[in-house]
Amino acid sequence: MCKIIKLRRGLDMNLKGGLSAGSPVTETKASLVAVIPDDFPGFVPKLSVHEGDEVECGSELLHDKNCEEIKLVSPVSGKVKEIVRGERRKILRVIVEADPSGNNSKAFDVSGIDKKENLTEVLMKSGLWAMMRQRPYDIIPSPGTTPVNIFISAFDSSPLAPTLADSVKRKDREIAEGIRALARLTSGKVYVSTRQGEECPLPEEATHIIIEGPHPAGNAGVQAANIAPVNKGETIWTLDIVTAARIGTLLTSGKADWSTEVALVGSDVKTPKTVKTAVGCRIKDIVKDDIKTSDHHLRIISGNVLTGTAETADGFLHYPYRQVTVIPEGDDVDEFMGWASMSPEKMSVSHSFLSSFMKKKKFAPDARLHGGRRAMIMSEQYDKVMPMDILPEYLVKAILAKDIDQMEKLGIYEVAPEDFALCEYIDPSKLELQKIVREGLDYLRKELE
Amino acid sequence: MLRKYLDKIKPNFEPEGKFHAFRSVYDGFETFLYTPRSTSKSGSHVHDSLDSKRVMIIVVAALVPCLLFGMYNTGYQNFLGSGITDMNFWKIMLYGFLAILPKIIVTYAVGLGIEFIVAQWRGEEIQEGFLVTGILVPLICPVTTPLWMMAVATAFSVIFVKEVFGGTGYNIFNVALVTRAVLFFGYPAQMSGDRAFISADPICGIGGHVTYSDAFTGATPLGQIANGADYVTDAAGHILSTWDAFLGLYPGSFGETSTLCVLIGGLLLLLTGIASWKIMFSVFAGGLAMGWIAYTFQSPIYPGSHILPIDQLVYGGFAFAAVFMATDPVTAARTGIGKYIYGFLVGVIAVIIRVYNNGYPEGAMLAVLLMNALAPLIDYCVVQANISRRMRRLRAGE
Repeated sequence: MCKIIKLRRGLDMNLKGGLSAGSPVTETKASLVAVIPDDFPGFVPKLSVHEGDEVECGSELLHDKNCEEIKLVSPVSGKVKEIVRGERRKILRVIVEADPSGNNSKAFDVSGIDKKENLTEVLMKSGLWAMMRQRPYDIIPSPGTTPVNIFISAFDSSPLAPTLADSVKRKDREIAEGIRALARLTSGKVYVSTRQGEECPLPEEATHIIIEGPHPAGNAGVQAANIAPVNKGETIWTLDIVTAARIGTLLTSGKADWSTEVALVGSDVKTPKTVKTAVGCRIKDIVKDDIKTSDHHLRIISGNVLTGTAETADGFLHYPYRQVTVIPEGDDVDEFMGWASMSPEKMSVSHSFLSSFMKKKKFAPDARLHGGRRAMIMSEQYDKVMPMDILPEYLVKAILAKDIDQMEKLGIYEVAPEDFALCEYIDPSKLELQKIVREGLDYLRKELE
Repeated sequence: MLRKYLDKIKPNFEPEGKFHAFRSVYDGFETFLYTPRSTSKSGSHVHDSLDSKRVMIIVVAALVPCLLFGMYNTGYQNFLGSGITDMNFWKIMLYGFLAILPKIIVTYAVGLGIEFIVAQWRGEEIQEGFLVTGILVPLICPVTTPLWMMAVATAFSVIFVKEVFGGTGYNIFNVALVTRAVLFFGYPAQMSGDRAFISADPICGIGGHVTYSDAFTGATPLGQIANGADYVTDAAGHILSTWDAFLGLYPGSFGETSTLCVLIGGLLLLLTGIASWKIMFSVFAGGLAMGWIAYTFQSPIYPGSHILPIDQLVYGGFAFAAVFMATDPVTAARTGIGKYIYGFLVGVIAVIIRVYNNGYPEGAMLAVLLMNALAPLIDYCVVQANISRRMRRLRAGE
């Protein structure tokens, strides 16, 4: 009998343009892919390749300056087309042009993985290590630390997200293998959280938890906070079930599987669909001509509307997202006295809008802030969507004040920016909470390490 | 049309423009008329439609019933006191409207003027906090308050209670209540007594000259009790039942007298979720509890202890303070449990001051201000509870 945890606080947004049971599934061979170091907080990128180098699927493109063993790898075989740098020569992305004919995958030696060191090494070299996160700091796991627990989320509760259970179907064996391997790396347990009815067969090394409740129930960090919160001085790892399956694939076959399923969703998408392609695929190849031709500006988001990254069609799919969301930008809209609007189209959780009473209605919000940035005026707003034993308002204030002692006391080690995404959404003061929390975590890490 | 005009004059307010000094004023009007086009630059791509403008406007809307009733009551008291028998509704309303209009204009002009200057000076957007304060101030003052006093008190509070702390969202004390307190302690002669609460002269030919007598004292119910009256009457000497007091046709500060209208506004605030029901209900609970204690231990030394607990809630400014003052999110407690404690203590202290301090017949204002000062302490304790839970977990793990 597995444990059921019911989360009450949170919010499921009803957005237009979601996948339905009959949504089409297509396949696109990625022609261009990019690896974007910024998607891997804590990873200090150093190039391992030059423009024009031939790479296999799974061979390294970048390594971490602080730990050379940790790699970011190419998800396709082909040629390094371009290394895009930004200010102060910061590496923004490494673009690989896929070889249309070949599909050579780099093979890794997985013979000695019963030993912890060998297992760690192969995970790092294969690029899968960087796909995991640790708390504190929400960064890629630091080598040499043993997590007290590992949390695997088997569902994505974010707005318009695809069902993870679908993308790992028929991978029970790989998932089990991955979990068994992870269990060797922790001193505690490997928790796997699923939705009711989406259970998959799990090995006995896993502790199965069923999570009920609205988003952010799918965030592994939120699950951890409700199962076994991380304390000061402890480390936990979080990952999703797809990564666990990839680890399993690597350890059984010696080759990592970098294919992925991407959901194309949002109110400005003609027909929401699922696209099978490679990690880091160019957005243009996913979207194709499936965006509504409209007179307004669009925002293409690599990821979901809460935590994703704004991109152009020439941009690339960011890790860890498996969705591309297209919504109106809204910077070309003139709304007369919007604050007085009684329109039922205005999405809000506040009962001062009619829409908040329409539980079934679907909305097509744009990217406007709908107001100016203010000091924190209303109280207890964030708490409504924060299913953790955290006082978000006070933690944010401690971060803004750079009060390390208070940040620690208020539980900054337990949180990641994504946990504040919904707070940011409902905030009437329009504060950039995710940015604030990210900066707080980075500041803390810099000061304490 | 309007949009085109705004776009046309916009360059004048840009850094190089000739009206650059009024940029924040222009921004204020532009964002008031049109929802800003600014889109999210980091983090969440979508944002809730609620913003602080709407929050403030809803509070203002919730105050409209009190404002309208205050107009009627002001006219009614004048007509009653001056012996006018022709109680034409519209004439009464017009009298009240003319009585309050200059006060609303003055507080807004002074307060918003300071806000505009400060916003421009700091290079920030204009904040909406004063939209509410500007209407609250005339509502909680006696209708006879001279305009210059209101201007001075408003300016003092906006500058020293709000702007020096950093503006809306950073103030410790409720700005409107401090304005009231400045008036109350600075000009006690004009702000209290039996004759402060009735507009006694005709305005623009409407109304009449009020003649005070034993039959028409103009005393507020709480004032009468403080003077040792056995029963409470309205201005004309008729006995005021709890229901009459609930409706509110008796002398008092402009917008506070009608508990009914306060509750209509309170209902709007609760339905929209703008005000905290935790605070609102616990203020009433605290008032009832303390009212009951005082009533149980009646004492001839304290005439206020003879008031029925329920009457404590309907007399004077108690209900208004519970619904509109204690719930100010910036100055109230911000944590969930803290709000219950804060609200309850506001209610308790308001009644304590009323009953056990004969010098101050009304305690709601001081109770809220006192609890404003204590709210951070309450929150501190609640936050410490969260922290010690975390510490216990840490120790248990060791």
